[in-house]
Amino acid sequence: MIEATGLRKSFRVGRGRGAGTVEAVRGVDFAVRRGEIVGFLGPNGAGKSTTLRMLATLLRPSGGAATIAGVDLLRSPAQVRHRIGFVAQASGTYDDSTARRDLILQARMHGRSKGVAQELAAAAIRAFQLDDFADRRIRTYSGGQRRRLDVALGVIHSPQVMFLDEPTAGLDPPSRARMWQEVRRLREDGMTIFLTTHYLDEADSLCDRVSIIDAGRIVAEGTPSALKREISGDVVAIDFAAADLADPAGGGLPAATKVLAEAPYVRGSEPVDGALRLYVDSAATAIPQIMRALYDRGIEPGAIETRRPSLDDVFLAKTGRSLEE
Amino acid sequence: MRVVRDTWLIFQQEAGLMVRNPVMVAFSLAQPITYLVLFAPFLKVVMVDRGASTYADAYRIYVPGLFVAMGLFGGLFAGYGLLSALRAGIIERCRVTPVSRTALLLGRALMHVCLNVVQAVVITLVALPFGLRVHLANLLVSYALLAVMVLLSTSISYDIALLVRNENSLGVLVNTVGQPISLLAGVLIPLVLAPMWIQRAALWNPFAWATDGMRALFAGQILQTVVWQGALIMTGLAAASLFWSSHLFNREVS
Repeated sequence: MIEATGLRKSFRVGRGRGAGTVEAVRGVDFAVRRGEIVGFLGPNGAGKSTTLRMLATLLRPSGGAATIAGVDLLRSPAQVRHRIGFVAQASGTYDDSTARRDLILQARMHGRSKGVAQELAAAAIRAFQLDDFADRRIRTYSGGQRRRLDVALGVIHSPQVMFLDEPTAGLDPPSRARMWQEVRRLREDGMTIFLTTHYLDEADSLCDRVSIIDAGRIVAEGTPSALKREISGDVVAIDFAAADLADPAGGGLPAATKVLAEAPYVRGSEPVDGALRLYVDSAATAIPQIMRALYDRGIEPGAIETRRPSLDDVFLAKTGRSLEE
Repeated sequence: MRVVRDTWLIFQQEAGLMVRNPVMVAFSLAQPITYLVLFAPFLKVVMVDRGASTYADAYRIYVPGLFVAMGLFGGLFAGYGLLSALRAGIIERCRVTPVSRTALLLGRALMHVCLNVVQAVVITLVALPFGLRVHLANLLVSYALLAVMVLLSTSISYDIALLVRNENSLGVLVNTVGQPISLLAGVLIPLVLAPMWIQRAALWNPFAWATDGMRALFAGQILQTVVWQGALIMTGLAAASLFWSSHLFNREVS
């Protein structure tokens, strides 16, 4: 449904002598099959939105090629627009308008007649449960209500491919759960969905496949479970934040890093946010050894936690940084 | 034609939103009415040597000038609306649909045209009890000239907005450009009272030509050359400026 090869985007920044180019997206390749939900996971500024906006015909790629629903993106962007829907990060609605007005306008901008547009708007209001507030001013909507309207606007013309830029950013947990439901429902209606997110749980539970993007490049790609399997074994996180706060001279984190990084039962280690993350084959056998090693050196850990690897561990392994920082 | 249909669509949406805010529309009339009531009488005194012996004369000279001032400033602040629509992501949402790009701009500009003509009608009605008398045909032509003028000033505002992309710079630029243009067009006090060097400088001000044309219409001299000269200058500039703003608008935006 979506196929991109070597997609690039560079921006010129500044003027005169200070001018330069910023490589926002440095050549990404990926494919999305019909009916899939695929997510771009990465930190802010990684190039997620830029990629999405290129595919949605809002930005002209500096290089590379892409086909969306069988149409060449660079040669016929106008044809692509008939087949896609797009929900941007910014809401994109007038405060003084109403859901119904904006839905009708949106359908009419897609070339539908007035009568058809009214029917489509009414159907969308039912499907997204906007009934209670469809004729109220949009400025009175809650964040979740607004976001549901945004998605309703994006799919009013039943596109084949749907692009969602950070669909749940800034929403409270119930609204997020509801939005996930809506996205799954769209997929059941036969849409192919491509979204960006910087939430690990969103990528993990909503997406069939995830591309991890950092500094304009895809660093890993696969189903969430396959990606996590790459990080075999367990993660042991030792927290020093509290201990180091009580005794700043103690320097528990650097000392522990020194001791444990070289230990034979530790396969990898990364200090993250006052904690030390260790990748081990089995937490059950590693923890007693870790405790002994720390006590032998007189290092007092604040807390020890063990868990299965998350997508953040994948990100950390690929980029050397944590998404949660 | 897709452009015509889509322009009408965007116009309807924008006009509908404007109507939903009647208080705003009423407030936008406060300033011109203030000038109409509190400034126009001065002209009777100032212009007494130039054939303005009655209030009717004063209003016949002032109302066309007020139309030009409204046409100029009414349009020059349109860029704010475009910037807020860009910031809210409304333009972006529209650009992902197959809607005509030109229509997104033109429909908005025409809403300002319509708003200003409606305001001009109200001003005309308010001026009637003060003694303003004008031939209906000439009045309608003056509304048409006003419409073209608003199209010009709106697209100039869009040009500036799309180049600077920030409300503060837009405000500063619009005021810096608007003040000298309006004074050099003689919208408050006719240029016949101005010293020679100002009159010469005004020859380079397209809005001065439009003001002369507008005043000739109100004086009942529809056949004066300055009427079609003013109209021609406004139409030519409006077309050029609109062409440029749609070029800026359609250019890739980040």
